Amino acid sequence: MLECRGITFSYDKNHKKLFQDIDLKINPGEIVGMPGPSGQGKSTLAKVLSGYLQPQVGTVLVDGSPLPAGKNPVQLIFQNPEHAVNPHWNVRKILNEGGIINPELSKNFGIQNFWLDRFPHELSGGELQRICLVRALCSNLRYLICDEITSMLDALTQAGIWHSLLQEIEKRQLGVLVISHDNALIARLCSRVVHFFEDTGK
Amino acid sequence: MLKVENFSVSFSYNSSQLSKKQVSAITSLDIEVKAGEIMAVVGQSGAGKSLLAHAILGILPRNAHTAGKIYFKGRSLTAQRIKKIRGKEIALIPQSINYLNPLLKVGTQVARAARLSGLKNRDEAKQAAHSALARYLLDDSVAKYYPFQLSGGMARRILTATATVGMADLLLADEPTNGLDALAAEEALGHLRELADTGKAVLLITHDIESVLKITDRVSVFYDGITLEVANTSDFTGKLCLRHPYTTALWAALPTNSFTSPPSQATTPSNGKTGGCPYHLHCAKHGPDCADELPRMQELRDGLVRCHNA
Repeated sequence: MLECRGITFSYDKNHKKLFQDIDLKINPGEIVGMPGPSGQGKSTLAKVLSGYLQPQVGTVLVDGSPLPAGKNPVQLIFQNPEHAVNPHWNVRKILNEGGIINPELSKNFGIQNFWLDRFPHELSGGELQRICLVRALCSNLRYLICDEITSMLDALTQAGIWHSLLQEIEKRQLGVLVISHDNALIARLCSRVVHFFEDTGK
Repeated sequence: MLKVENFSVSFSYNSSQLSKKQVSAITSLDIEVKAGEIMAVVGQSGAGKSLLAHAILGILPRNAHTAGKIYFKGRSLTAQRIKKIRGKEIALIPQSINYLNPLLKVGTQVARAARLSGLKNRDEAKQAAHSALARYLLDDSVAKYYPFQLSGGMARRILTATATVGMADLLLADEPTNGLDALAAEEALGHLRELADTGKAVLLITHDIESVLKITDRVSVFYDGITLEVANTSDFTGKLCLRHPYTTALWAALPTNSFTSPPSQATTPSNGKTGGCPYHLHCAKHGPDCADELPRMQELRDGLVRCHNA
């Protein structure tokens, strides 16, 4: 279980707290949705859960123990895949970052062999997001945090990516947090919805 | 107002051994926008949508080659003519604040846009900037902000103010809802509708078909550099009104509809190399002609479609 207990975070001592005392549990195989307007800390919470940021108060636990150093079983997928890859590396090298490339996995995500010799700017946003997902899925991944991963993609590409991902989630019993402003998408994907970031006023 | 016919854009690259390579980005694009109307151009990422706006404004990079016709207000839009009228009669509402100068206060930038659009007098330009900001409910203190201090929704309003401070008759809006939450997106689109209602023509470029349907008059569906269909907004209600299989699939893929994904997984678009319909590999209805011959644009049920089986 991915669990956070009593998390409080602010970027600056003098700034107000972005969120306070947040508790969240995600079970393996469970897809949890987190909707809410922009600018309220959804992405920051995602970064705390995946170990990019340390909370001032509270802990993040993976199956009872703190996030390990090295390969993280909690992976964060970002909204803009072009910012999540090294622009000087070709796709093969990027995929290798996640471990040995699994051909079956690549096939499920529609990754073509000739993409491997290309550079990130030679792929479209949807293609690059597939690369980022496969890179994350290759490792010892158990929990996936999806921060608006398809909001800049057209509906067809979005549906295609999620269908590939849903298969994988089912097969490996991954726990997933879906962050999106699209309530219809969350309703489609998630078995449970948490409301930390709504109607808190401006 | 604006008419684009059989327009294409290709890029030449220096590949290895001093040879030049041609890559086609837009193969065949047809579009018409009338005064007082919003025309949405919808397509996947990488289909060449933003290039369209840049091509109309004549700001493509040097290695780009264009062919086809663009007419603006009935006259051909040549390279010399667009240089004179861009910013004045045609204005771009860009995709993000990256298009603003990061080191200048936004008020100054809006005033500068006003001067570039033809207001010679500095005070007049300041006044115009002030009223443009006021129109979008931004108070004077916002004028003193730098771009990085703006929230997403505010940035949108500043960019819209910059484009509308002059007297442009045609507005090109590039992904106006990117990165905005539902409320802010609705507001940004509402502003575009207001502008169209005052008699301006708006060309709205987007991947988000669902949110633009509330405000647009017509939708042009663009796939892999080719216009496949021009539909009326009202066609997007049931299944039977849409004309092209791609549009039908795109509509069905929305989470609010059936969230179905295409039968075959996405492969890289062919960039028009095959010569056939760009969608034939994914199309459930494809026939023998689809792979070889690009269908001609034909009229169907008060719209246009490019499909052998329509």
